[in-house]
Amino acid sequence: MKRYETDIVRSVATLVSVQIQTMSNRFQRAVSTRRAFEKLIHASLFVCAGISVVTTVSIVVVLLMESLQFFFHVSVFRFLTETRWTPLLRPQHFGILPLFSGTMLIAAGSSFLSVPVGLGTAVYLSEYSRPRVREIVKPFVEVLAGIPSVVYGYFAVVTVSPFVRMLFPSAGPFNAASACIVVGIMTLPMVISLSEDALRAVPQSLRQGAYALGATKYDVTVQVVIPAAMSGIVASFLLAISRAIGETMAVTLAAGATPNLTLNPLESIQTMTAYIIQISLGDTPAGTVEYRTIFAVGLALFMATLLINLLAHWFLKQMRERYE
Amino acid sequence: MTTPLRMRQRRRFRIVSHLFSAGCLAATVLCVGMLLVLVLNVAKQGAAWLDTDFLRNFPSRHPEKAGIRSALAGSLWLTTLTALISLPLGVGAAVYLEEYAKKGRWRELVQVNISNLAGVPSIVYGILGLGLFVQAFALGRSIISGALTLSLVVLPIIILATQEALRGVPDSIRHASYALGATRWQTVWCQVLPASLPGIMTGVILALSRAIGEAAPLVAVGAVAYVPFVPGGVLDPFTALPIQIFNWSSRPQPEFHQTAGAAIIVLLVVLVTMNTTAVFVRYRYGKRTRW
Repeated sequence: MKRYETDIVRSVATLVSVQIQTMSNRFQRAVSTRRAFEKLIHASLFVCAGISVVTTVSIVVVLLMESLQFFFHVSVFRFLTETRWTPLLRPQHFGILPLFSGTMLIAAGSSFLSVPVGLGTAVYLSEYSRPRVREIVKPFVEVLAGIPSVVYGYFAVVTVSPFVRMLFPSAGPFNAASACIVVGIMTLPMVISLSEDALRAVPQSLRQGAYALGATKYDVTVQVVIPAAMSGIVASFLLAISRAIGETMAVTLAAGATPNLTLNPLESIQTMTAYIIQISLGDTPAGTVEYRTIFAVGLALFMATLLINLLAHWFLKQMRERYE
Repeated sequence: MTTPLRMRQRRRFRIVSHLFSAGCLAATVLCVGMLLVLVLNVAKQGAAWLDTDFLRNFPSRHPEKAGIRSALAGSLWLTTLTALISLPLGVGAAVYLEEYAKKGRWRELVQVNISNLAGVPSIVYGILGLGLFVQAFALGRSIISGALTLSLVVLPIIILATQEALRGVPDSIRHASYALGATRWQTVWCQVLPASLPGIMTGVILALSRAIGEAAPLVAVGAVAYVPFVPGGVLDPFTALPIQIFNWSSRPQPEFHQTAGAAIIVLLVVLVTMNTTAVFVRYRYGKRTRW
């Protein structure tokens, strides 16, 4: 090899190594920006998920802070035991029982409609109907679920309430019964779809086993399938009740605004949710005791629905663990 | 050999079983019937009032002059803002839970928390919005307060639907992407999200249709029924279609019940259009991807 040839080779080698070095530098830089970017993405997604926790915390904090200030003025004992609720009239009374009984009346009354009709429909769709019928009925149920609450309220005022008054002339224009009926219709889809899911989750082998023992379709449905799906069905009832407790616009429109400690569905009542709407619509200045009542009532509402929801999720978990 | 007693027993069982199945059928018919009664009633009340003037006019004391212009504008503002806020947050949270978070306490906690939030009554979100956005953040009784509150209402729905969609993407897609050297985010952004897009879209549309019909949290945040102008910015006072319906339904005059019926027809047409779109998206684009 001649001298100048080795020189060329050497210089080419240096050039290549320099090139490789810059390339690998660039590559390393690209990797590290990539990594930083990935970290940034990870962090921002984490924040997104964190917002749900922040929401819960702020619900609790906001409700507790304002309620505490309310409870400085009115003792918890009086709040829970007094039987009159007249925050806007003198003398003021802050007993939540009338609102609570109103809410419970709606929850119980609506269950009288949604539980039997909902379970019956679920059993029919899951056990009896042909697939074609199910395909037709299911969208109807979904539409029923998608109708806004205020539309049900309108339906109660314009159609159901006159109907109730025709049957029971003693009922007023605002009565708990018509609210119960529309809330029952509203919660139907929840009972139907969750109960049907539970019934369909019962393994086919259980049904076939019962048939093999000579059971009829009725026996199989009532004595095998429904008991097997019981925890899912109970969960659907509970979620319907929790929905009925939190239901606002329909109840406000249909049941009136008279806090009334009664179990008579033909009277006008007020629920916890309807009270919150009443105060929101009025011009109660922020910071007054009257204004803080809605936070105390909201706290009671939040606790009640949270408890029922947790119970329902527990039942659903039982169901899932059994058949999965 | 069957004794007469057993025959009688068997007949009774048969009657009970027939009654049972008839009862279940009746319940189903009742469900569908109630929906029909509801829709027909609304149509009968409102159809006569529905014309272009009704869409163009502002609310008024005189039912014949009343319209839903400001309510429609308000609902449009609210829905757009709610979509802009809740879509990235909801999808982001779902991607975090499904693709990033390790199985453990923290993830379990967030998951339980989200399913509980989905069950919180919307009026409670309204009170939260009143305490947080209206008072603490001093945003006032404005469109942005309403939109933020509605976003909180629909976030759990979007998160749960997106998670469902992400879970539908098989792991083989992810593994193939990693095998080609893609990073986690590249895998999510270029493979998993496009594949689950139909499911996500369906969930988002359904969540937004919930937001359009929601009235209670807006009342608590301070939507007013009488707004004689079209809001021009996010800090303006507002009304919305459900608020207007609520206001008209709560008046004693039957004419206002009819205007409420007309407004409900508009609302239901919007909702049905959205739901049909959701079903169409699920059907049309869901079919293309076969694993």
